[in-house]
Amino acid sequence: MTSPAISRDQVLHVARLARLDLDDLDIDRMTQELGAILRYVEILSEVDTSSVEPTAQVGVSRLPLREDVRTDGLPRDVVLAEAPCTSHDGFAVPAFIDE
Amino acid sequence: MTTMREIETWSVTQIAERVASGDVAAEQVAEAFLDAAARRDTTLRAFLSLDHDRVIDQARAVDLARRAGRPCGPLCGVPVAVKDALCTRDIPTSCASRILHRAGRAWLPPYDATAVERLRGAGAVVFGKTNLDEFAMGSSTENSAFHPTHNPWALDRVPGGSSGGSAVAVAARMVPGALGSDTGGSIRQPAALTHTVGIKPTYGRVSRFGLVAFASSLDQVGPFANDVRGAARILEVIAGRDPRDATTADTPVGPIEGACGQDVRGMRVGIPDEYFGEGIDGEVARRVREAIDALRDAGCIIVPVSLPHTRFAIATYYVIATAEASSNLARFDGVRFGFRSTPERGDLTAMYGSTRAKGFGVEVRRRIMLGTYVLSAGYYEAYYLKAQRVRTLIRRDFEQAFRNVDVIVTPTSPTPAWKLGEKLDDPLAMYLADVFTLPASLAGVPAISLPAGFTSATAQRPMLPVGLQIIAPPFAESNLCRVAAAWEARNPARNALPPIVAQP
Repeated sequence: MTSPAISRDQVLHVARLARLDLDDLDIDRMTQELGAILRYVEILSEVDTSSVEPTAQVGVSRLPLREDVRTDGLPRDVVLAEAPCTSHDGFAVPAFIDE
Repeated sequence: MTTMREIETWSVTQIAERVASGDVAAEQVAEAFLDAAARRDTTLRAFLSLDHDRVIDQARAVDLARRAGRPCGPLCGVPVAVKDALCTRDIPTSCASRILHRAGRAWLPPYDATAVERLRGAGAVVFGKTNLDEFAMGSSTENSAFHPTHNPWALDRVPGGSSGGSAVAVAARMVPGALGSDTGGSIRQPAALTHTVGIKPTYGRVSRFGLVAFASSLDQVGPFANDVRGAARILEVIAGRDPRDATTADTPVGPIEGACGQDVRGMRVGIPDEYFGEGIDGEVARRVREAIDALRDAGCIIVPVSLPHTRFAIATYYVIATAEASSNLARFDGVRFGFRSTPERGDLTAMYGSTRAKGFGVEVRRRIMLGTYVLSAGYYEAYYLKAQRVRTLIRRDFEQAFRNVDVIVTPTSPTPAWKLGEKLDDPLAMYLADVFTLPASLAGVPAISLPAGFTSATAQRPMLPVGLQIIAPPFAESNLCRVAAAWEARNPARNALPPIVAQP
């Protein structure tokens, strides 16, 4: 029996980083499933990549720069139209700093 | 008098030419496909939304413009369905996710995706939005938050995914063409499982502007159609540089449709051993071998090639794609659009956590978790950077092979369509289904899947479609279409229709 590829505590930590409120059942299931996937991914350690450069993107040698001129964004009412909660011409969110 | 039943079997190019010449009205074409969808989609469920009046209005506008003598584009009056991961202005766009649903409806984008805008500019009628695996994450369309889509060749089987709705809409002749998106096989694999044609263009060929991002270094928008020429024509319309997507290439869009029907004598076709090994269904391999034999008879030179890093593609892909997805999906936070869950006691962080846990489905949560983990401190080098280095080797495999051949031919999927529910509880088994489509995605090269016939009916399964994949060097979509059209013309099963269409 090999040690699990990822521990329950690590899964909890990652869920916090990812801003996902997982319940206990989710955490258990996720620990097992991520473990299985990560054990599969271990296959990559068979490949010698010591002298290989990483590929972040293919075929994009040079990202073009646009003219440095102002372009108009979407109008404010269009931007706010689909927001769950707005206030004073802005997006409203729950308080996150103490008064 | 043309009947509705005739119209629904026409190809993209036949419709465009007949509408442009006035043989048939765009409105009559639209009515025929709306009628087909009304009769079949209650069973198949390919569409997430389909607005009858909007379709008719667009068709009438095409007819009016034509009668007024204005030139009609290359997709004149052609109904094209659009995967619900592409933004359509003021038309609900959900990505098959609850997180883009609020107050009983999906998000209304304030703009069209570039690919959709170009369809409209070419005279197409944007037909409806099709089902997908939530945020395009899946290989069966079962991960839709709303409902699964059924394979028209066997209703108890999956259509593949993630663009399963677009594939089925075309396969069941509810539209002649559709748009999908392909990150690791999401156009090609459902095309293979439903007896349709699907193209994943070269990375950078088609603008991603307005495609809801899954994995930005892999995502490409591409066409489905009921023949190679139709897919080629849609691709020509949507391809090309777009200032709103900096990764689109300046490379001119050569004649792609024009390559269909060109002689293939002397073309060098590579066959990689790695795609015919363990795990491949015997009948799938046989149908693909038959197609290769037909290409040899047509004058192609068949050459063995080697893509030695193929077996590392799945692991590489699931590290890179989930890492990119975890970043891209951070924008779904309940602030600017879509669903919000506000816990009774809690601050902004609690709102984020609750919104995302309730808004995303299980596969999306799983991939965000995997992606966040492989990018987190202490694991970045071991997983993410490692996968990026192996990606380089997979890319080099193709560069090496294409020094010697014009295209590479493989099966698209190792198996035909499986039963609904069969792989739903085993995420790894679902990932393994993409083994033959992932390498071309990682290398950024174009690939097509087209029908290669059917498996024989047995006691265990009915006859099911098999897909042939053709892969070409970067921006050589014309090679793809040239070879694909040559096989299509020789495929005795090319005009087969699924039971739901053949026996209404």
